[in-house]
Amino acid sequence: MGHVILETTKLTKRYGKRIIAVDSVSLTVRRGEVYGFLGPNGAGKTTTLRMLLGLIRPTSGTASVLGRAPGSPQSLARVGALVESPAFYPYLSGRDNMRVIARYAGVPKKRIEDALEQVDLTDRARDKFATYSLGMKQRLGVAATLLKDPELLILDEPTNGLDPAGMADMRALIRRLGSGERTVLLSSHLLGEVEQICDRVGVISKGRLIAESTVEELRGGASLLVAAKPLDRARERAEQLLGPEHVKVLDGTLRLDADPASAGRINRELVGANVEVTELRPIERTLEEVFLEMTDQKGESNVG
Amino acid sequence: MLASFSAEMLKLYKRPATWVLLLVALALSQVFNYLVPYAGYLTAENERAAEQILASTMPENLIPNSIGGFPLFAGALALTLGAISVGSEYGWGTLKTMLTQRPRRLSVYAAGLLALAVAVLAIVLSIFALGALTSSAIALGQSEAIHWPSTAELARGIASGWLILMTWCLLGVMLAFVFRGMALPIGLGVVWILGVENLIVNVAAALLDFADTLQKALPGVNAGSLVSSLGGGSDTPGVNTTVDGTQATLVLVAYAIVFAVIAGFALQRRDVT
Repeated sequence: MGHVILETTKLTKRYGKRIIAVDSVSLTVRRGEVYGFLGPNGAGKTTTLRMLLGLIRPTSGTASVLGRAPGSPQSLARVGALVESPAFYPYLSGRDNMRVIARYAGVPKKRIEDALEQVDLTDRARDKFATYSLGMKQRLGVAATLLKDPELLILDEPTNGLDPAGMADMRALIRRLGSGERTVLLSSHLLGEVEQICDRVGVISKGRLIAESTVEELRGGASLLVAAKPLDRARERAEQLLGPEHVKVLDGTLRLDADPASAGRINRELVGANVEVTELRPIERTLEEVFLEMTDQKGESNVG
Repeated sequence: MLASFSAEMLKLYKRPATWVLLLVALALSQVFNYLVPYAGYLTAENERAAEQILASTMPENLIPNSIGGFPLFAGALALTLGAISVGSEYGWGTLKTMLTQRPRRLSVYAAGLLALAVAVLAIVLSIFALGALTSSAIALGQSEAIHWPSTAELARGIASGWLILMTWCLLGVMLAFVFRGMALPIGLGVVWILGVENLIVNVAAALLDFADTLQKALPGVNAGSLVSSLGGGSDTPGVNTTVDGTQATLVLVAYAIVFAVIAGFALQRRDVT
């Protein structure tokens, strides 16, 4: 496990007395991992990222990015960031936009072609940014983050607005960029995206970090689904075996918090109690189920 | 900061609006200093009036002709240049892109100001150069002797013209940082240059002692007085003899510094959302 590359301690941003955009967020990102920063729209993800880049000053709390203060030239020199939508000069070509960014960043001109090639934009680099599709704009945004060959990539909702093929391409690109030593902090409201790409996840809701762990830990262990008749007798027997707290009835089936390896024994016990078992299989909770449980926002979630 | 300066120069150089503003400034300068007077000369009813009009277009009047419009119309264009160069960074969201590269905020800001200073100098030099070409063409065409201002006078004229336009440009920069946009700063700035100062000078100053004193501290009035001290005729809109050239220079320098400091403070202290 890599050492800590980014850390916040009780990071808070208030606007006036009533609005708390980010509330005492303490998160840790380790070198080499792809860290998913997951939360619904308006949860405080972008505000947190802006604080990590020095664009917004925290009201209280501290943050350290690559061992330096957020927004300091020393930390920014090693960070590539795409915050919200990619922002470039519409009257400049893709390549000229990259030249502008390269000059600000103080990186040699030769890096421009490398970065454009990595996102497959070389052929359209002469065209004006204003003529780019959303997918191309996003890719140019990623290319700009790569100019510094950064140790840490901060990507804020990079698949926003892309069609399914564009999203798949972008995810593949992020996975590629996150391989090896480079660290990626990926903010997203898309659970599937985080599940596919990220090693660890921080879940933020209403400005508060409510969980931080690996995707597997967050989902919890597997459970067993049992379809049986009569259901009441099956439930009674299962509760005797596992304890009432480990048995739930959901959609006419039983959900048992039990190791899938014990499926054969449970089947024998149910049959022995004159229960007809028609289905018995292991199931894993999705990140979405876990997320909705944690944030208690079934039916009103912006998370997809 | 040099790298940021070259980035700012690339942005200004490639931006069509920069060239449009330059062309408009050149066109207005040519039309009202040379084309209209020359047409007046050709159609003048008496010889004395014709000679006076022709004399006004000669190379010896290059300085007042070139900077005569700076307190008003060229000033409004310079303010627009300052406002769009900063305001569009907010509109396009590119401020966050700039500020997440490497340099500190004030370093990026200083590079931007330096690039604008170079652009404004280029505008002033272009107006002088085209004016020199046109006035010498008229003189040659009319078989008149060509007398150029001295090098020292020319340098003072160019420096004064640059100071006037830079002050207005910095007002545009400051308003754009304060209002974090482009449209409102341009609207307010242009209304101030073309309207409010005129009302204070021509209406309020005649009625109120306070306004009469106040006008001596206005940027437009001081710009007009600086032009006047370099030979600008008080019949030119915006040109006046309210204060002397030294005071006008000092007041404009003070305004330029104040505008630059307020703009830098706004960028440094506020969140980029």
